[in-house]
Amino acid sequence: METLHLQMANEPEDTSTGLDEAILPQGAILQGRYEVIQVLGLGGMGAVYQARDLRFTGVARLCALKEMTNTTPDPQMRRMAIEIFEREANILASLNHPAIPKIYDYFTEGIRSYLVLECIDGENLENLLSKTEEMFSPNVVVDWGIQICDVLSYLHSQDPPIVFRDMKPSNVMLRSGNQIVLIDFGIARVFEAEQKGTMIGTEGYSPPEQYRGTSNPKGDIYALGATLHHLLTRRDPRLEPPFTFQEEPPRLLNPAVSEQLNAVVMKSLQYDPEKRFASAEEMKAALAQCLRKKSKEPTGIAVDSPSPMVTRHIELEAADLPADTTAGPVSRDAGVLPVWEFKCEDEVRSSPVVAGGTVYVGAYDNNLYALDAQSGNFRWKYPTEGGIASTPSVWKDRVLIGSEDQVLYAISCAMGRILWTCPTQGRIRSSARVEFEHAFFGSDDYRLYAVNAQTGRMVWRFEATGPIRSTPAVGNEIVYIGSEDHHLYAVDLQTGNQKWKFRANRAITSSPAVSDGLVIFGSSDWNVYALDERSGWTIWRTRTNQAVISSPRVVEGIVYVGSADGYLYALDAGSGRQLWKFDAGSQIVSNPAVSADAAYFGTIGGDVISVYIKSGKERWRFKTGGLVASSPFVYEGMVYIGSADHKVYALPA
Amino acid sequence: MNFLQKVFSRERPAVEDTRPTAPGATYPFNLNSLPRGLTVARMSDIGRQRERNEDCFVALDITLHNDDGLTPLGLYIVADGMGGHQKGEIASSVAAQVSARHVIQDVFLPFLSGHDQENPHRPINEALIQAVQSANLAVYQQAPEAGTTLTVALVFGHKVYVAHVGDSRAYIFNQATLHQITHDHSLVARLVELGQATPEEVLTHTHRNVLYRAIGQGNSLEVDTYLKSFPVGSYLLLCSDGLWGMVSDTEIAQILTHAPTPQKAVEQLVAAANQNGGEDNITAVLVFIGES
Repeated sequence: METLHLQMANEPEDTSTGLDEAILPQGAILQGRYEVIQVLGLGGMGAVYQARDLRFTGVARLCALKEMTNTTPDPQMRRMAIEIFEREANILASLNHPAIPKIYDYFTEGIRSYLVLECIDGENLENLLSKTEEMFSPNVVVDWGIQICDVLSYLHSQDPPIVFRDMKPSNVMLRSGNQIVLIDFGIARVFEAEQKGTMIGTEGYSPPEQYRGTSNPKGDIYALGATLHHLLTRRDPRLEPPFTFQEEPPRLLNPAVSEQLNAVVMKSLQYDPEKRFASAEEMKAALAQCLRKKSKEPTGIAVDSPSPMVTRHIELEAADLPADTTAGPVSRDAGVLPVWEFKCEDEVRSSPVVAGGTVYVGAYDNNLYALDAQSGNFRWKYPTEGGIASTPSVWKDRVLIGSEDQVLYAISCAMGRILWTCPTQGRIRSSARVEFEHAFFGSDDYRLYAVNAQTGRMVWRFEATGPIRSTPAVGNEIVYIGSEDHHLYAVDLQTGNQKWKFRANRAITSSPAVSDGLVIFGSSDWNVYALDERSGWTIWRTRTNQAVISSPRVVEGIVYVGSADGYLYALDAGSGRQLWKFDAGSQIVSNPAVSADAAYFGTIGGDVISVYIKSGKERWRFKTGGLVASSPFVYEGMVYIGSADHKVYALPA
Repeated sequence: MNFLQKVFSRERPAVEDTRPTAPGATYPFNLNSLPRGLTVARMSDIGRQRERNEDCFVALDITLHNDDGLTPLGLYIVADGMGGHQKGEIASSVAAQVSARHVIQDVFLPFLSGHDQENPHRPINEALIQAVQSANLAVYQQAPEAGTTLTVALVFGHKVYVAHVGDSRAYIFNQATLHQITHDHSLVARLVELGQATPEEVLTHTHRNVLYRAIGQGNSLEVDTYLKSFPVGSYLLLCSDGLWGMVSDTEIAQILTHAPTPQKAVEQLVAAANQNGGEDNITAVLVFIGES
C-alpha cells in the first residue's frame, strides 16, 4: 500500500503541496477492497473518489471514498485526531435519514483516513448555481429549504445534538426527484491544521458566533439562511464583506421573492442567535407557510408587483380621506397639515428666511413680505419694480433682497422702509451673502458685487463671462461663486481679484457650500463637484442623471443635494460616495434644508417632502397646488416654504 | 556611550521610550526647528519570525514654493503581500509600483504643469481609486495566486486623501491622540462591528489574519477612500499589520509623543514590534507636516 502514495495520477498544478496530497490514480486499491474509479472532487483535506467495492463480485457496487490527510506532525496528536475521527464516524454510522448518505466503513492508512460512503448520483447546488444563469424559482428553493430543515431537525434532535456546522450550497447534493442530500459532515475538521499568515476570503455562510468557537443548532439555521439567500439571489456571500446579509435582503435583489419568504430568510440570518428561529422545525413550518400562500395565487408564478385588487383598495382609501372634500390642500398623509398659509398675488419661488420671529419672503408679485412666524399674520410688504426670485438675507436690522428690476434693496426689518439700494445692469436672481459686514451677490449683468452692508457702497465688482444666478459662499478670505458661463470662480474677498477658476461642462446655477476645506456645488452637466478650497483642484465628482440646480447642504460630513433626475442624494463629503438616494418622483431644484434627523425639500411636482437623513426614507409629504422651486427654512419646529400656487406655507417639521 | 546606545537602539527594550504620557504632552522638539512642509521617515523590517519580507512601501514628495506659499504634495504607499512561493513579494511590489505610477501621472504631473483650465485634471479621488484598481488588475494578472493589501495616501496641502484595501492602516496623530483613518477589511473587524468580538480580541483572535477584501483577487474591487485634514504639527502614519498587530495604539502614541525626530520614531516603532514578538514583517512610513 505504501507505494500508492508515490504514484501520482496527475500532478496538481501549482500548489504548495508535496507528496502528502498526491491524488490516487485510477485503479489504485485501498484495503484490498476499494478500487478507485475516478476523482469526484478535491477538497481542502484531500480528494473524494468514486470507487468500486471489490467484495461484491457479482455487481458493480459503487461507493464514495472521502479522503482526509492528517498533517499534524506530532504523533500523539495524530493518534488523537484519528480517535476523534473514528468516534464521529461511528456516530454518523448510527444515523438513518434519506438526506444523509450512509456510511459503510472507515479506515486509516498512514497519514490518510478514509470514509466509505454511499455514492450519491447527482449534483451539488454550488455547481448547479454556476451552470445556470436564471434565478431559481423561489418555490423550488423553498422546497429545498424545507427538506434541509427536515434533516437539520433530525440531526439536532439526536442526543447529544449533532451540529452540521458547514451548511453551504456545495455541501448540498441534489439527486433525481429533487431530493436533497447533505454531504461532508465536517468530521474532516478534526484534521485541520491551524493556518498561519494572512489569508484571503471567508467562509461566507458561517454565523458570527462560530468564530468564537461556539457551534450550536442556531448556527446551522443561520448558515441555511445564508445558503437560501445565495440560492434566491445569486449573490455569493464569499465575495461580499462578511455578515452583510441584513443590508441586502433577498427581495431587494430578486423581486420574485415574496415578502413572506424574505422575512423567513432574514429571520434565520439575524446576527443575534436569539432572534433566529428557535429550531429547524420552526423554520421548516415558516417556509411551508410561504409555499401555501403561493399556491393560492392563480398562476403559481411569483408575482413581484401588488395585485390590482390591492392597489384599487389603497386608492379607494385615499379617496375617502376627509381632506379631499374640503377646499384646503390635499395631503396624502393626513398627519401633515399646514399650521398656517399666506397667499401672495403671484408665484412664490423665493425662499423664506426667518429672523426675530418674522418670516421674510419675496414673490413674483414684486413684493417682499414680512409675516409673523407664529401666526402667518401680515406685518408689512415692500414693493420692488420687478418680480422677486431671490432669497432674502437678514443682517442686523435689515433685510437684503434682489429683484428682477436689477436693484438690490436693503429694507429695515422693523418698518419695511428702504435703507439703501444698489443698482446693477441685469436681473438679480442671486441672493446676497453677508460676511464681514459686506454683502456679496451676483447679477445677470455677469458681475459679482461686494457692497458695504451698512451703507450700500460698492467695494469691488468681479466680472464673469456669463450671468451669475448662484449665491456666493464665503470661505477663508475667498468668495466662491458659480456662473452660467460654466465656471466656478474663487475671488479674493479683499480685492475682488480672481484666485482660481474651475470649468464644468455646463452652467453652475447651484450655490456652492464650503465645508471642511472643500467647495461643493452642482452643475447643469449633471455632476456634483467637490473642489479643494485653496487650489480649486477637483477632489471628487458624483454624477446624477440630470442637471443639478439644487444647492448642496452639508451637515456632519454628509452632502444633501437634489437633482432634476428626481432624486435627493446623500453623499459622503470626503469621497462623494452615495450613501442613499431618495426617489421624489419629480424634479428637485429646491435646496434641501436639514434639521435634527430630517431633510426637507420641494419638488417641481408640487410636493414638500421630509425624509429621514439616516435611512433616506420618507417621513411625510405635503402637496401644494403648484411647483415648489422655493427652498424650505426650518425654524423652531416649523418648515417655511413657498409654492407657485402663490402661497407661503408653515408646516410642522 | 551615546554612540553605542544608538547602535544598539534596536535591541533595547522599547519600555524606555514609552513613559506614560503627561496630559497635554508636547513634542520634545521645537516645531519651528523642523523643516517647513513634509518630513518623512520610513522603515521596513522582516520581523523575528518570517523568512521573507513581503511588505513594500513607496514614499515620494515634492514641495512647490511660489507666491501662493508652500504647497506640499506627497505620495505614500504601504502594501503587505500574501501568498506562497515568493508571490507575496511580487504582489505587494507590483501593487505599490503600479498605483504610484498612476498617481504620478494623474496628480503629480498635472500639479507641476500648472492649472490648465481647458483641460481639467482627473478628480483626486477618481485618480486614487483608478490607481488602486489598476494595481488590482496588474496583481491579478501577474501573481494570480497571491494578494496584497494596499494603502495609498496622498498629501496635498493640509489634507490627506487615502485609498485603501486590506488591513494595513493609516493613522493621523494629532495633539497626542492617534486617530485611525482606515477601516480594516478583516473578518475580525466585522465581528467587532457586530459586537461579536471586542476590540481587544482583534490582536489575539484566531481569525485575525483573515481578510475579506484584498488586491489581486478578481477583476472588480471596491476601494475605500477617505479625506482627512492634516494640520500643522501632526503625523501621518502608514503601517502594515506587523506594526499595529504587535504594538498597541497607546504604545504607538507614546512613541510618537516622545521620539526626538520622525526617524527615531519609526525606528522605535519597529523596535517595539520586534520586542513584542515580531510575528510579521513590520513597515512604517511616518510623515510630519510643518508650517507651509
